[in-house]
Amino acid sequence: MPKSNITNYSAKIESALVYTRRSRFERFWIELRKAPLTAWIGMITVSLYIFVALFAPFIAPYGEAEVFPVPYDVWSDKHIFGTDQIGRDIYTRLIYGARNTIGIAVATTFLAFLIGGFLGLLATILRGWVDQILSRLVDVLMAIPGLIFSLVLLSVFGSTITSLIIIIGTLESTRIFRLTRSVGLNVVVMEFVEAAQLRGESLRWIITKEILPNIVPPLAAEFGLRFCFIFLLISSLSFLGVGIQPPTADWGSMVRENASLIQFAKFDIFVAITPLLPAASIAILTVAVNFIVDWFLHTSSGLKDEK
Amino acid sequence: MHPVFLTILKRLGLGVLTLLVVSMVIFSAVEMLPGDFTEAVLGQRATVETVAAFRKELGLDQPAILRYLDWLGSVCTGDLGTSFSGRDASGIDRSRPVTELIAPRLTNTLFLATFTAIIAVPLSLILGLLTALYRNTIFDRSTNITTLTAISFPEFFVAYTLILFLASLFQIFPSLSNVDENTLFFERVYMTALPAITLTLVTVAHMLRMTRAAIINLLASSYIEMATLKGTTKLNIILRHALPNAWAPIATVVAFNLAYMVVGVVVVEVVFVYPGIGQLMVDAVTSRDIPVVQGCALIFACTYIFLNLTADIIGIVTNPRLLHPR
Repeated sequence: MPKSNITNYSAKIESALVYTRRSRFERFWIELRKAPLTAWIGMITVSLYIFVALFAPFIAPYGEAEVFPVPYDVWSDKHIFGTDQIGRDIYTRLIYGARNTIGIAVATTFLAFLIGGFLGLLATILRGWVDQILSRLVDVLMAIPGLIFSLVLLSVFGSTITSLIIIIGTLESTRIFRLTRSVGLNVVVMEFVEAAQLRGESLRWIITKEILPNIVPPLAAEFGLRFCFIFLLISSLSFLGVGIQPPTADWGSMVRENASLIQFAKFDIFVAITPLLPAASIAILTVAVNFIVDWFLHTSSGLKDEK
Repeated sequence: MHPVFLTILKRLGLGVLTLLVVSMVIFSAVEMLPGDFTEAVLGQRATVETVAAFRKELGLDQPAILRYLDWLGSVCTGDLGTSFSGRDASGIDRSRPVTELIAPRLTNTLFLATFTAIIAVPLSLILGLLTALYRNTIFDRSTNITTLTAISFPEFFVAYTLILFLASLFQIFPSLSNVDENTLFFERVYMTALPAITLTLVTVAHMLRMTRAAIINLLASSYIEMATLKGTTKLNIILRHALPNAWAPIATVVAFNLAYMVVGVVVVEVVFVYPGIGQLMVDAVTSRDIPVVQGCALIFACTYIFLNLTADIIGIVTNPRLLHPR
């Protein structure tokens, strides 16, 4: 009800008005309109990637592992980005790569959050020796660089997609454990948690209803950052040839398979940048996610730039 | 005894303990291997006797704890075991000791790392200091966006882009850095230029951001404000008031990023076919040559822990509050 139109104002009418809280969507939309340009670029890029990943079979002109007679073919109408070392269409494999690479990274991030988040909360609530044992274990795991540790474990268990997800998910869960524990410790000392404990609520209730809603914003930001790290780590491992194995299309291994094309830059610049396309796909997605996380951290914590 | 000395001793003890536990974790990699791996190493035609001999050589007939102590003892005396490759079913053993494989490659990797550090550390410290002093200017903002983007790039993207421009389109540097022990020093520098530039770009971004944050954090403290208010010159504030307290954060930043470089080296070496320890490790992982993987992992982990420990100790030694206790 616009104020300027009121000619006969009465307190009775105003107090009788029903005020409803803005719906979740409305509040979200208001915040979204204030988002800076970089955040918008990030969100549009990420949605584009997700769209491509979900509808890969409908967008791609050929099959994921379909082989054509000419290997290392030039860019043409038939093959937009040419073909790779055994004659598979690069454009098609880029599209399927989105599905495989992003899908595996997302699954790994979820696993890491499941393990790290659960153990972190357990350590904050139970304290005592549970906390001590878990924290020391995490210290040891973090003393070895992630890439090196995953190389050791992959050499033992072999490079299958399942072992890749489990190994990296477990290793990365250490960072999430640390974060959940430190944020959770601030919440667990609050009175409402103590009240819930005195009421005799179960462990599950205290975790899901009392603590979790209060630590979601930092964990959400961490999800974005962790996804970037895991995504880069898996791409690096695939690039090294010990991650996702052929014939599964994947950006990291595509870079390695076509790397030798770079030396022909003087003769055909397009062929030479072919191996950079999957690498650029990786880089653009990480930058986009970082832009979103940056904006999210800014709004959710009220953190302004240091002066 | 000086209290600082005690703190350092404690930190050193903690470092040794961490190393011990890490060595246990790396050793247990062999424990987790599937039971039939001896056949996988020796080939399907291996006779029962060769398999038994190989198992005995690995000490698989002894309990794990004894094997660990044995392994730890030989590692401490510089013996990292024998490689799995070069063995076959007939029982003829052409395998080489792991130390022999690692030693020449370790010097190559150290050369690359030192080369990069000499460029990267001063560059990022100076740039970090400048961005902190002239913060919120266009210079600072553009540096900020550039570094944020650079951090998000995978190493191999940076590496191949450099190859495209500096080795393929304009042939300034060689794209392969296959040095050997006969390569002369200056030729070696020239050949490792591209991997060094790649590593520099990746680490400078990290180091610069962390230096900037550390210095800004420092400049916000009240004694700096006090110095400004009493009219000390900007140079004097930096040199006499800020710098003595800045050594600890700066040392942490440098050590942390050198440790980060240790890992970055693996990918960069593979891109440029540089005969370093990172490439050796990746090859060993592909062929599942566990003793070599263990040796390389141990060296990487030691370097990593040592660098972090050094940062801690520098932080303690240069802390004026700890040096002059009341």
